[in-house]
Amino acid sequence: MNEQDTDGTVTKRFMIVNRKAPHGTVYALEVLEMVLISAMFDQDVHVAFLDDGVWQLRRGQMPGALEMKDFSKTYRALEGYGVEKIYVEGESLAERGLSEQDLVIPVEVIARADMARLMDGMDVVLTA
Amino acid sequence: MDAAYQVDGKTVAHDEEGYLTDIGQWNEAVAGIIAEAEGLPMTAERWEVVNFLREYYQEYQIAPAVRVLTKAIGKKLGPEKASNKYLYELFPYGPAKQACKIAGLPKPTGCV
Amino acid sequence: MLHTVNKSPFERNTLEACLKRAVPGAAILLIEDAVYAALAGTTLADAMTSAAQRFEVSVLGPDLAARGLENAALVEGVTVVDYGGFVDLAAAKGSVQAWL
Repeated sequence: MNEQDTDGTVTKRFMIVNRKAPHGTVYALEVLEMVLISAMFDQDVHVAFLDDGVWQLRRGQMPGALEMKDFSKTYRALEGYGVEKIYVEGESLAERGLSEQDLVIPVEVIARADMARLMDGMDVVLTA
Repeated sequence: MDAAYQVDGKTVAHDEEGYLTDIGQWNEAVAGIIAEAEGLPMTAERWEVVNFLREYYQEYQIAPAVRVLTKAIGKKLGPEKASNKYLYELFPYGPAKQACKIAGLPKPTGCV
Repeated sequence: MLHTVNKSPFERNTLEACLKRAVPGAAILLIEDAVYAALAGTTLADAMTSAAQRFEVSVLGPDLAARGLENAALVEGVTVVDYGGFVDLAAAKGSVQAWL
């Protein structure tokens, strides 16, 4: 599945999977930092949100109420970091009463079966 | 660590690398003092980058990596400024390190 | 008794475990990631509507706001409380069982 670049370096298909809600635990913030760092290594980075991970992208978050940083704004920086392959599982949204319009950034909403195939085709998958 | 900058008779705490402990304590006078400590007088060009970083942080809640900064500066301030060379001339120890420090921001995520 | 639950009901069975053991009329306060249970329109909303008829169910406002849910529609019968309300509930109910 590796793509050979013109200069001979191998680019890996790399996916970071978010399954945790934000704020209650530190996972979402740590994974976001990992995404930003992985963007620096010229890999083919994919970011997926499924299960409770879809809550990370909910609009209107105000964690200032808990004296915590509003890192939901940081997802909007991903485009500038060259991370543009962002997938959200439709079933996970629907189960939670959410729709694409509730999210802070434009994403590609895909069905669970397609998410399964997408994950299966990756070289490296990190899930939290 | 009791490291701190002295600004107009006030004490502004920083970490062992000189980054402000509390971003809320930043103002232009503080920026001037940090710049002085770095040996960099605040010119219009340096202010342009520092102000850009502060706006970026306000919008995204992070300090950008250098590559991202360079690209974004090009969009905002013109392509002639979108080079590592330009930014390193202004901030010889690295725009991420020095400009972020002067802007009162935390050390950039993924900064090299 | 005041029961507090802080885990997402979509990820853990903590809320379910609490609902099975709380006695009728008990107070249940949803905090942290458990606030998602209070939302209308989810797959859990029906179960929560029925729970709100048996128990005094409330949800912590600042935890809703943090998650972008300040103005979200809630399950019928669930009330929003602030930190002061949390303290009042604990005082009124005498003891607290935290389902972690």
